Amino acid sequence: MGMADLNTVKAPGILTTLGLGSCVGIALYDKTNKIAGLVHAMLPSSKEIRNNENKAKFVDTGIELLIEKMVREGAKKSNLTAKITGGSQMFSFNSSSNILNIGERNVIATKKKLQELKIRIISEDTGGNYGRTIELNAEDGSLLVKTIGHGIKII
Amino acid sequence: MDIDCLNSRMIDILTEISNIGSGNAVTALANMLSKKVSMTVPRVRIMEFKDVAEILGGEEELVVGIYLELKDDVTGNIMFILDKSSALNLTNMLLNRKDHELDEIAISALSEVGNIISSFYVNSLSMLTGLKITVSVPSLAVDMAGAILSVPAIQFGLIADQVLFIETVFEEGENLVRGNLFLIPEMDSFEKILSKLGVL
Repeated sequence: MGMADLNTVKAPGILTTLGLGSCVGIALYDKTNKIAGLVHAMLPSSKEIRNNENKAKFVDTGIELLIEKMVREGAKKSNLTAKITGGSQMFSFNSSSNILNIGERNVIATKKKLQELKIRIISEDTGGNYGRTIELNAEDGSLLVKTIGHGIKII
Repeated sequence: MDIDCLNSRMIDILTEISNIGSGNAVTALANMLSKKVSMTVPRVRIMEFKDVAEILGGEEELVVGIYLELKDDVTGNIMFILDKSSALNLTNMLLNRKDHELDEIAISALSEVGNIISSFYVNSLSMLTGLKITVSVPSLAVDMAGAILSVPAIQFGLIADQVLFIETVFEEGENLVRGNLFLIPEMDSFEKILSKLGVL
């Protein structure tokens, strides 16, 4: 899966997105039905932007669309839990340009949206100044996070 | 202005000014290294976000990215990307040493290289168009290609569902250093450049 993209998978499948930087990876999981979904969103809000046709590009519309897709695949909305990763700041500058702290804004927007939808965040690995590759396993909902120089972990 | 509105004549003009700009940048690099450096004709590329990381050989490819912001009349950014072995070879050549890791001195040398070649690139764009363009101090990251390229991609995400950039690939004579130079102006700036050159 690439940037501004989303997908779902049933057990025993795995969803992978490589090289997550300032974008945010939002993993949703229905434990009972063993259905997993992942969205790789680039920007916090579709409402600030005119050109918003690709819904997976934004945190708010990306999450909504992913839930719809998961429900169509047989997931139950009330079963969903979330894990979030990414949102790092790859380059640092003294100027506090909006674009450069976009990672942090993506994470904030994700938490806000999930709270609105009453989806519990069970773990997160966000921030920092490094990229992440993630693998979401539909068998148990585990999320493997790989980095260069910052270790590997399962959250 | 939308990306879809770009016609082939505009793309030719953008290619040509980038050719001049990156030609100057590559000459500066060759002078620094006292070696021959060749480059491809720049390509104006319009891509879907999901395909962006593939241009550097995959999202997980370890690369060094040097990022500078463009300011004043033209906004956007310029990025200079080297794979890790090219970055090591380049710093070893500059610092006249062998088999070092990417330590603090190497990082600082690479930032300076990025600074110099970006300034040459931007100065020729400025001369050709009469627009005032300045660059910020460089910022450097060593990480996965996908993560590094997500930064300019996000910038385009604000206005479009595709990303437009101008890519030049250059190669030092003995194939020890190979890199990509990306010029990524915001769409409004493309409009300004094109209208200054009389094609809009």
